[in-house]
Amino acid sequence: MTKQNLVIIGAGMASGRVLEHLTDAAPDAFDITLFNAEPRGNYNRIMLSPVLAGDQTYEEIVTHDAAWYAERGIATRFGEHVTRIDRAAKVIHGEHGDVPYDKLILGTGSNPFMIPLPGHDLEGVIAYRDLEDTQAMMTLGAGQKCVVIGGGLLGLEAAAGMAARGVEVTVVHIMGHLMERQLDEAAGYLLKKSLEDKGITIRLQANSSEILGEDGKVTALRLDDGTDLPCDLLVMAVGIRPNVALAQEAGLAVGKGVHVDDQMCTSDADVFAVGECVEHDGAIFGLVAPLYDQAKVLARTLLGEEAAFVQKSLSTKLKVTGCDLFSAGDFGDGEGREDIVFRDPARGVYKRLVIEGNRLVGAVMYGDTADGSWFFGLIRDGTDIEEMRETLIFGPAYQGGDTADPLSAVAALPPEAEICGCNGICKGAIVEAIEAGAGDLGAVRATTKASASCGTCTGLVEQVLQVTLGDAFEMPAAQPVCGCTEHTHEDVRRLIKTMPLKSQEAVWQELGWSTRNGCHVCRPAVNFYLLADWPLEYQDDPQSRFINERKHANIQKDGTFSVVPRMWGGITNPSELRAIADAADKYDVPTVKVTGGQRIDLLGVKGEDLPAIWADLNRAGLVSGHAYSKGLRTVKTCVGTDHCRFGTQDSTGLGIKLEKVLWGSWTPHKLKLAVSGCPRNCAEATCKDIGVVCVDSGYQISIGGAAGMDVKETELLVQVASEAEAIEVVMAVTQLYREGAKYLDRIYKWMGKVGLEWIRARIKDKAERARLVAAFELSQSIYRKDPWAEHVAEQAERYQPLADLTLEAAE
Amino acid sequence: MAWVDIGALDDVPERGARKIRTALGCVAVFRTGAQEVFAASNACPHKGGPLSEGIVHGQSVTCPLHNWVFDLNTGQARGEEGRIATYPVRVEAGRILIDGAALVARSAA
Repeated sequence: MTKQNLVIIGAGMASGRVLEHLTDAAPDAFDITLFNAEPRGNYNRIMLSPVLAGDQTYEEIVTHDAAWYAERGIATRFGEHVTRIDRAAKVIHGEHGDVPYDKLILGTGSNPFMIPLPGHDLEGVIAYRDLEDTQAMMTLGAGQKCVVIGGGLLGLEAAAGMAARGVEVTVVHIMGHLMERQLDEAAGYLLKKSLEDKGITIRLQANSSEILGEDGKVTALRLDDGTDLPCDLLVMAVGIRPNVALAQEAGLAVGKGVHVDDQMCTSDADVFAVGECVEHDGAIFGLVAPLYDQAKVLARTLLGEEAAFVQKSLSTKLKVTGCDLFSAGDFGDGEGREDIVFRDPARGVYKRLVIEGNRLVGAVMYGDTADGSWFFGLIRDGTDIEEMRETLIFGPAYQGGDTADPLSAVAALPPEAEICGCNGICKGAIVEAIEAGAGDLGAVRATTKASASCGTCTGLVEQVLQVTLGDAFEMPAAQPVCGCTEHTHEDVRRLIKTMPLKSQEAVWQELGWSTRNGCHVCRPAVNFYLLADWPLEYQDDPQSRFINERKHANIQKDGTFSVVPRMWGGITNPSELRAIADAADKYDVPTVKVTGGQRIDLLGVKGEDLPAIWADLNRAGLVSGHAYSKGLRTVKTCVGTDHCRFGTQDSTGLGIKLEKVLWGSWTPHKLKLAVSGCPRNCAEATCKDIGVVCVDSGYQISIGGAAGMDVKETELLVQVASEAEAIEVVMAVTQLYREGAKYLDRIYKWMGKVGLEWIRARIKDKAERARLVAAFELSQSIYRKDPWAEHVAEQAERYQPLADLTLEAAE
Repeated sequence: MAWVDIGALDDVPERGARKIRTALGCVAVFRTGAQEVFAASNACPHKGGPLSEGIVHGQSVTCPLHNWVFDLNTGQARGEEGRIATYPVRVEAGRILIDGAALVARSAA
């Protein structure tokens, strides 16, 4: 039998593997010609990252050198582009001459996708794809800057490789966490932390708008928020597109890639395709494992054997030293899937398994990936895991055994370790008190003052009791925040401050949350704690807020909303009232009501109308009244010395000033104030969270009132002489409440736990008061603004339905 | 199956939802933190609360009115008698597609 002419276009990893199989199994079956546009043969492209990082050299990753091709009699046409495929004549047109074929293999691979940003054609803007790109990155060294667009596998490997060379690297990623296709938020958070430890700056949810240059060379990347990130090199690693140009011109069936069947045959029976250029059953391929499977199938098909390519589950590992991650299988949606989550905060370990029925279908791991291949095996083989479901997450080596003693950390503390920060009480003093007879929390508080103030160390004191007394002490069942964690609110607040934790992902991971991303109970609480403690570092997460605070309006029982514009100190004027009346007319507001907080409520506004009605109210100078928030609601006033014959001070003026200072701030629960101009108390200040009653000699500030399910009278905190000091005290007590209280505790509940005496001591301490005022002001530099105006400008479309299918569905 | 393009994945906030209007009422489209997408009836069977306004956590949503929690895979309410209809939905090239046939089937049922 005469030899057939086999032509291969593209010397990549898939076609290279085809050549290996063919020439091993049947060295004399074909006369082979290999075209490659790159001026070299096949090298192991996935090892470019170790080359970049300096762990390997180019020579070490070459898989086929010139001698290899020569030994097998393969004619190589390297550095030569194929200009056309003539399928009728079965001839390949190369730049330097034609070659006839009997069988043709397309291994044209893929092209990196370049985002068509202005400036993408500047010098120094590259992809991360081939040896030339790698060499461009290797020219950079210490003191130079590089920006990588794309926080996926390839982008992060490029970033880590350059960071290892001393380059200052910033990764810009459009999504909320890194490698979102392979990792969930929790693993993405740990990965970000590891990369930041390597000196890489990570910017998430960042949109690129423009590449800036000078003399034709890149100088910086501009983000859509106006930030410029200076760089000497800009690497785009945002994905690949199958290279189908030749196939398309030759009239082959092409979709996202070159269409192939299970035998890797294209729409022409003599033309095959393999690797990243193909599309099989709707999928395209970027990882190496399926490419090797395809190569094996294609080689057997060409040799007349039966073989079929089947898509399998894939696993991913990141080739960055010190970032141990693994992901495999499928995290897509489906009926009846269930998660098993394991976290070990101390070791920075996170594992999540996705189970469907009795089968493992997906796994994500960070920090400890030793069991990765075992889990991958279970996924690939569809093993029934019913028997080992309970212990599955611990891996194949699970032998049972004791769990770590949760008290061992406290037992290990030295006697001089401080337990109660407020009162400066160390462990030794508490142990002494216990040994002298203080057998419960109340007795320890009474004798040592430990945990008698802010209360956040209560858990620690109880653990000292338990360690000291053993079984004689019955641990009161601490109320955890919710089912996602065993920590109490107090513990979570304390650990957010001390560890410190500055993102929700950090809280879930470091405190061992048992769920993927919390629940409706803990998410709003944790979101508040983070923004209260880290106003600059933490960004408020609207998705962790109850609807009223996410949409800045109160949801009503029929799904409509109420809109309450702010009336500073309860003062309004004809033009504001006219604007409110016009809005009520224009948006068919069914109910207009005067509230107990001295303002006007428009009830029954449709969700879709909110941005429009806000825009109208904004034009009249009206802003959000935050009638929906766990934050400052109103400052109610009486008319004071302006008009009242009994008024002792300008209560209206003080109320307006307080509202202007406090508005927009978030607090553990709603915060209502009032200022009365004399002890007749027409503004009802003594049943508010904070009340001010003006007297001849100054201002009496009292706190802890309530007029809801509980009715409480405020208790006097301090009396001050000047209006300025009254404002300062109110700011300080508000901040103290923000820093210490449990989410959803009104001031009176917080006061019941920490004690009025303790609050008063803090407020009277001049240095502490100044610190509290400064901390409040810092937070307000972010939050003292009108959310309505912001939503009108930036996200009005989110208030509309995503789509209207009323026509389609009716057909 | 008749897949209908209803918008871009990025138009739905992560750990959030949007609603779409259909001739048979509103359907909520959810996106989880792990980039999964689900579609289900927007109305809570308890008091009709709009589920697209709820907090999305794991593969569940909590109704904003009275905190009923629904599993988005099955539509079953946790610890309550009640479930919401779920609809086939998928993501392709960053676009969300919903099965229009299933939406029509609901009216026939």
